Amino acid sequence: MAQNNFLSGQIIRVKYAYLLLLPLWLLLYVNLKWITDRVVENIPGLTAGTHFTEALRFFIFEVPKVLMLLTLIIFIVGIIRSYFSPERTRKALEGKPLFTGNVMAATLGIVTPFCSCSAIPLFLGFIESGIPLGVTFSFLIAAPMINEVAVVLLFGLFGWKTALIYVATGLAIAITAGWVIGRLKLEKWVEPWVYKLQAGSHPEDEKLTFEARLKTGFGAVKEIVGKVWIYVVIGIAVGAGVHGYVPQDFMASFMGKSAWYSVPLSVLIGIPLYSNAAGIIPIVSALIEKGAALGTALAFMMSVIGLSLPEMIILRKVLKLPLIFTFIGVVGTGIILVGFLFNYIF
Amino acid sequence: MEIKILGTGCSSCKNLEKATREAIAELKLDASVVKEEDIVKIMSYGVMRTPALVVNEKVVMYGRVPSVNEIKELLLK
Repeated sequence: MAQNNFLSGQIIRVKYAYLLLLPLWLLLYVNLKWITDRVVENIPGLTAGTHFTEALRFFIFEVPKVLMLLTLIIFIVGIIRSYFSPERTRKALEGKPLFTGNVMAATLGIVTPFCSCSAIPLFLGFIESGIPLGVTFSFLIAAPMINEVAVVLLFGLFGWKTALIYVATGLAIAITAGWVIGRLKLEKWVEPWVYKLQAGSHPEDEKLTFEARLKTGFGAVKEIVGKVWIYVVIGIAVGAGVHGYVPQDFMASFMGKSAWYSVPLSVLIGIPLYSNAAGIIPIVSALIEKGAALGTALAFMMSVIGLSLPEMIILRKVLKLPLIFTFIGVVGTGIILVGFLFNYIF
Repeated sequence: MEIKILGTGCSSCKNLEKATREAIAELKLDASVVKEEDIVKIMSYGVMRTPALVVNEKVVMYGRVPSVNEIKELLLK
């Protein structure tokens, strides 16, 4: 008996041993600035203060910082997400009135696992169970726009205030745009076969142990960090170049506050530009440093991340063109308003 | 045994098909693998997340790509 207890204790210790990585993570993260300075000091032939040295210092510091933050947060979010599923979200949204439904759909859109390749089955599943079109849209706007990669990069490169502003305004846009689309009663622009669809009964949910959830967290890190790390490196490299070489206030004339037209223009340019948050945010952060206005930059990022051409093309299977244009128009207007608002406040 | 892979052609659907074929080969099962890409048919199985694995018309897994070993277990169940 005692032997048994000892053995199972041993197994538990092995199973959770990797949690010891956490203090190590913290130690490295807190001392990253110091380590970077030592590394830069010890590269022969570099003089502190030159453009090249400062660009290099920026790169050596930011890449591990952002990648470490991404790894930790994606692990935690991966575990949290394992408690949510589109099926459960759908159940929670069934029978909710328009406005409450929009608020819930946008909020659940943040935590529910979502991949744009599953946008169609998700859309059909929602509509089929009687969830209003406008509520479904609140979910479809929030889910891609407010994602953990974007929030981590904003936090790492801009600070927690900007990250919070991004989440709050993103939610506001998703709720309002979905509500407006709901009020416009655009069901006639959904492909008619969608409403004739007979979906089968939903298979049983998988029951997960906590260990399986930890595994899901690791899986998410492997998948997402494995996919975006290269964009982080390229984005920060370009950002480092801008940081070191582009003159101060260079961006002020065309992305600054005085150029009001830069907000709608940024949104327009952002729609066909398809990049993930990992690539675009480091570059935008460097542009802000050179005089681009925060509102304009925010609008640009939201447009690039939230309004993506590939997703529109996927949605075309179930939505007629006028509805897709209305969707882009309503969300785009929301983003422009946010841009103006922040240029006005800050 | 009749196996179907439900998915609209994204990369994870292809990965699931590959892993499933590997699992079948390793288990030396007598099974047919069909890829179902028609969204109306996919929805008739009640899944909201692709890819999904269907064994003899029953959904055994959906929304992720499990390892070959896990697929083996699913197929033997």
